[in-house]
Amino acid sequence: MISNDNILVVQDLKTYFYTSRGVVKAVDGVSFELKKGETLGLVGESGCGKSITCFSIIRLVPPPAGHIVGGKVLLHGEDLLIKSEKEMTRIRGSRITMILQDPMMSLNPLFTIGEQIAEPIRYHQKLGKLEVWEKVKEMLRLVHIPSPEVRMGEYPHQMSGGMRQRISGAMTLSCQPEILIADEPTTALDVTIQAQFLSLLKEIQQKVNLSMIVVTHDFGIVARICDRVAVMYAGKIVESAETRELFNNPAHPYTVALLNSLPKMEEKVDKLYSIEGQPPELHALPPGCSFAPRCPQVKEICLRDFPSQKEITLDHYASCWLHG
Amino acid sequence: MVSEILLEVRDLTKHFPVTKGLIFPKRIGAVMAVDGISFTINKGETFGLVGESGCGKTTTARLILLLEEITSGTLLFEGTDVSQMSKPAFERYRASVQAVFQDPYSSLSPRMKVGKIIAEPIVINDDLNPKEIRERVASLLDVVGLRKDAPVLYPHEFSGGQRQRIAIARALAPDPGLIILDEPVSALDVSIRAQIMNLLRDIQKKTHTTFLLIAHDLAVVKHMSNRIGVMYLGKLVEVAESEELCSHPVHPYTQALLSAALPSHPDIVRELIILPGDVPSPLNPPSGCRFHTRCFKPTAICSQQIPPLKEITSGHLVACHIN
Repeated sequence: MISNDNILVVQDLKTYFYTSRGVVKAVDGVSFELKKGETLGLVGESGCGKSITCFSIIRLVPPPAGHIVGGKVLLHGEDLLIKSEKEMTRIRGSRITMILQDPMMSLNPLFTIGEQIAEPIRYHQKLGKLEVWEKVKEMLRLVHIPSPEVRMGEYPHQMSGGMRQRISGAMTLSCQPEILIADEPTTALDVTIQAQFLSLLKEIQQKVNLSMIVVTHDFGIVARICDRVAVMYAGKIVESAETRELFNNPAHPYTVALLNSLPKMEEKVDKLYSIEGQPPELHALPPGCSFAPRCPQVKEICLRDFPSQKEITLDHYASCWLHG
Repeated sequence: MVSEILLEVRDLTKHFPVTKGLIFPKRIGAVMAVDGISFTINKGETFGLVGESGCGKTTTARLILLLEEITSGTLLFEGTDVSQMSKPAFERYRASVQAVFQDPYSSLSPRMKVGKIIAEPIVINDDLNPKEIRERVASLLDVVGLRKDAPVLYPHEFSGGQRQRIAIARALAPDPGLIILDEPVSALDVSIRAQIMNLLRDIQKKTHTTFLLIAHDLAVVKHMSNRIGVMYLGKLVEVAESEELCSHPVHPYTQALLSAALPSHPDIVRELIILPGDVPSPLNPPSGCRFHTRCFKPTAICSQQIPPLKEITSGHLVACHIN
């Protein structure tokens, strides 16, 4: 159920890191919208700024080097970037929550599973002791943990990787958030466990009408669960479209190259398409389009000016000089 | 193409003892990492091993590389039992089986220059003078597509993809018959993966080197391999030509694994076979067929007897009671 009203609007977000080697423009003018019940995929290679975009939304950019230097993050029209830290702590974990890549790192080894799921519930909701434990059990059932009464009293090391990730899922969903940000949620998991977890995310999303931002480098995950997708390169969104449209008619040469460079289960190719060169260093970006040095269809203008975003077909945007 | 067997693995087993007590350790059990697996690798082909973490695929590779002591079973290299080899033949075996590991950040010594890293296997195995070694290193760098001044640089001066190229050059240095590729692209960025996969295939076309590829990404294994073996909890459950395995998987575990592979287009919807529970501990594996606890079509015999690996059609072997 995707409704038409935007729940989150990110406008011209800029997050820079001030380092001894220069200013690293990790996120440089990113704009996107998220509708209620929608799953947006943020795709790109390491260092393209997809994770920092997410950390900027919940204002957890690593200090001291990182600063959000511009833009707006509007949650139901309210700008999160001008909220006080106290107001933000009320929003994090209750209205916007996040699942991280490695569940071994995001769970505390010294507390029981039950304690950890109860913590955000106690913090954000006024519930009695028994109600909290009921809620914890309900959350564990939601993520299909067998015998929740027993599991609640166990520690993270007693769980497998897939279970740990489901538990961090239970933790993030315990306060009925509106937006769930999942940063590479299945990278640390095995193939069959990954498939299980993705199905679970979809199932829960439909049950509670959640909006999701899924950060990934894997177009397979996008194809599996995302409604819309935004492709990032060197701190900027270079293309965004509805998932099916992007797979059928990719417009930006980077997207085309990425899609063609993946080996596919369904067909046999002799040689994969490969993108020459390396992703650029973010503190020394070339003028013009950042992808130009690696682009097979580079033109003179690409090296001079950055292409602005253009609408190619309805709701399909790309920043490339090939399209006007 | 007449397929000649390069490496034959027979009943290979590796049990890691588990001990209790610090001063007088007592053996209380064993992790059955690899438990009686047999397969052959033909000359010039790529044999892929897939399976989830803990299934024993890396241990198998380490046993072939002789980095672990074999508990039981035999390795036949070009028809000769490795454990019965004479010293010179054994040294030749070590030179002719090389490896490329997953993480090029930890597999290259940060204190050695690239030229020295690549030359090391040549210095150990061949009797060449310094000038010949330099020439060999230069030609290897050319094969893997690195720039000419690379020998005087250190690994940290290269990116992940370039480091993996250095590791490949090092593996190629003693002119090996078999290269073991243990997750060679999973630590790399998407755009770099295709570069490395293409490079490996080009090298194979030119030098006819045999590859044993270990990976968890099914699409990668299918793209690279001629034949694929599927492992589950220390056992080989299915072996077939890669096209055959992906189009007609027979073992329930292979079917589940393939159903879990991510689609390459949103219109491709596979019916997902969800396996209940988690992989059991290799310390105390289930009786009979090791997969029966999670299988979606178990029969009574599955929990009692271990199914042998049987050929069902030419070149397609399956270890399952149903067939």
